[in-house]
Amino acid sequence: MDIGAVKSALRHFWRQAVRTARLAIGVADYDTYVLHLRRNHPEQPIPSYEEFFALCQQRRYANGGNRGCC
Amino acid sequence: MNSLAGKLIWVAIAVVGAICLGVIALERGESINAIWLVVAALCVFSIGYRFYSKFIAEKVLRLDPTRATPALLRNDGLDYVPTDKWIVYGHHFAAIAGAGPLVGPVLAAQMGYLPGTMWILVGVIFAGAVQDFMILGLSLRRDGRSLGHMLRAELGDIAGVVCMFGILTLMMIVLAVLALVVVKALAISPWGTFTVACTIPIALLMGVYLRFLRPGRVLEVSILGLVLLIVSIWLGGKVAADPAMAALFTFKPAQLAWLLIGYGFVASVLPVWLLLAPRDYLSTFLKIGTVALLAVAILFAAPMMQMPAVTKFIDGTGPVFQGNLFPFLFITIACGAVSGWHSMISSGTTPKLLRNEGEARMVGYGGMLTEAFVAIMAMIAASILQPGVYFAMNSPAALVGADVQSAAAAISQWGFIVTPDVLTQTAKDIGESTILGRAGGAPTLAVGMAQLIHGVMPGEGMMAFWYHYAILFEALFILTTVDAGTRVARFMIQELAGLAVPALKRTESWAGNLVGSGVCVALWGYVLYQGAVDPLGGINTLWPLFGIANQMLAAIALTLCLVVVIKKKLDRYAWVPGLPAAWLVICTLTAAYIKLTDPKIGFPAGAAKYADALAQGKLLAPAKSPEEMQRIITNNQVDAALTALFMLLVVATVIFGVRAIFKARAVPQPSVNEEPYVALASVST
Repeated sequence: MDIGAVKSALRHFWRQAVRTARLAIGVADYDTYVLHLRRNHPEQPIPSYEEFFALCQQRRYANGGNRGCC
Repeated sequence: MNSLAGKLIWVAIAVVGAICLGVIALERGESINAIWLVVAALCVFSIGYRFYSKFIAEKVLRLDPTRATPALLRNDGLDYVPTDKWIVYGHHFAAIAGAGPLVGPVLAAQMGYLPGTMWILVGVIFAGAVQDFMILGLSLRRDGRSLGHMLRAELGDIAGVVCMFGILTLMMIVLAVLALVVVKALAISPWGTFTVACTIPIALLMGVYLRFLRPGRVLEVSILGLVLLIVSIWLGGKVAADPAMAALFTFKPAQLAWLLIGYGFVASVLPVWLLLAPRDYLSTFLKIGTVALLAVAILFAAPMMQMPAVTKFIDGTGPVFQGNLFPFLFITIACGAVSGWHSMISSGTTPKLLRNEGEARMVGYGGMLTEAFVAIMAMIAASILQPGVYFAMNSPAALVGADVQSAAAAISQWGFIVTPDVLTQTAKDIGESTILGRAGGAPTLAVGMAQLIHGVMPGEGMMAFWYHYAILFEALFILTTVDAGTRVARFMIQELAGLAVPALKRTESWAGNLVGSGVCVALWGYVLYQGAVDPLGGINTLWPLFGIANQMLAAIALTLCLVVVIKKKLDRYAWVPGLPAAWLVICTLTAAYIKLTDPKIGFPAGAAKYADALAQGKLLAPAKSPEEMQRIITNNQVDAALTALFMLLVVATVIFGVRAIFKARAVPQPSVNEEPYVALASVST
């Protein structure tokens, strides 16, 4: 086993764990969002992570949030 | 060769599962190890997942891995995002797991661990996981739309309105019952009350930190919050030990109910970033962590089951909840076996995240199996307690008296030998003044968890710490549900009220906010308060209402699945959603009917009994004044009205479903409202 491979596997695992934890509290993946904006809406400004976080937080609970209702 | 090895493995799993179930079912007179239950459950879940969910995926839902999902078609980087299936699975489980699977099995343990365990295993495979999975599958074909939208599209507009109404009443009952669980856990418990009260300033601090000091740094703030929580548990012990301080945090159930009602109102009115969001984060992480901790503790402690497999209370005379095994066991354990609540998650965020239809099986069916495993663990935690201790905690004072002598005598007479000393010592071990009258599941589970964790990590005085840790963890996520639920219900109420007074509809207006929050809190607060002052303990009366409401929603969701299967002309698979739907309709209607007509446990009968006595100027125990008599009468009338309402909703759903089925059968071709097929390969990612 080479140390580099173990390290990169651990880093991947950690990133997945962080993404899962963030998604569980309604914070989508920032990098994915930025990539999406760059690709599809190049005219729009890119929010900072802090702005993005506030946006997700507000959306999770807006209009009753994502808990779904009729 | 590979397939032969595969077959052998599945045969082995089936044999091991059968042996474990045999041991559980046939061992009599001797207690068995909890590990038998764990292994049996794991084998049953594996087989159910491998075969039944595959069957549903291929034959009934006809999931198509080549078909593009809403996440790909409508990718907006925020709500609709193609996401790794393990991440979606974690998200989905965190969203469906709540207090339900922990509380229901604890209450059901009064009939012994066998009936509840069997219902969890059979229920989840054929009803609960089927519902979660099929609703997810349907939503995936409909742009990730919600349950209400799908009902309107497939069953008609009126069915959609009925569903919205059903969900709103279900929510009021859920909020009231869960808040009552907290009230029961914190009553006359300065240690518990202090620690739970501390979560409010901790959440405010976290909110400010996340908003202004270090915006968006969730990991940091969660670690900070966890450390502060542990400090508050430790401080709680000091508070409880100091008579002057302890008096400040000692409340009766009615006082706690008022505090929770006030808290719910404030939390619903305040901006989310200040209180609701940080609590939500902390409770989500703590919930997952504690469930994992419980699993590890059960595996390492390998405890013996003390509760008999079946107790004499299957005849319906049990003190924890009244009523026969059928139908009351099947509504007492709702979440864990089947929960209508999940159909809202399965048609909420989850379908907007999957990048492939095939992955719905692992997330929908697999996620629910994990939830059922949590229910099995809760059943184990309740069953490893000495049965006498279990009944002392869960029986109302009206039945066993208010002191350890009378409780021990009454419970020993039921055949569960226990001494007053044991009851006093158990209370002392967990740092409380008494364990009597702590119905509601949370405290029982907490004692079980404390004994389990203490068995693995012993330490002087640590039992009390773990007990209060468990109470804190349950109270924290129940209160988060209360916050979030009040908010969701407030929006629904504002929407309904907005039909009459348009100004109320604006959710950002202060007047609408205050009125909506006030109405919402008053609705669940009324039910909570009546439960808190109920001389019979409240849970006893209210939990069946909660179970009926939750199973009612599941019946609605499964009826939707059935209608869609018929519309797709897959009649020969109609039994897959049809059987569990029919079973839930039978259970909820029977339970509701009994609650309305039974001369002993029916609500109208209870009201009549007290009304007669009051008219003759007599007082019936446990009421001590004419006002209390009147209160019992009103409570029974309200509960009867709610039960009748749920019956009506179930019957209405059946009628809408049958009508939709006949309509669908009259047309020769499939008549389902799916989005058109788009090939996965044609969508750029």
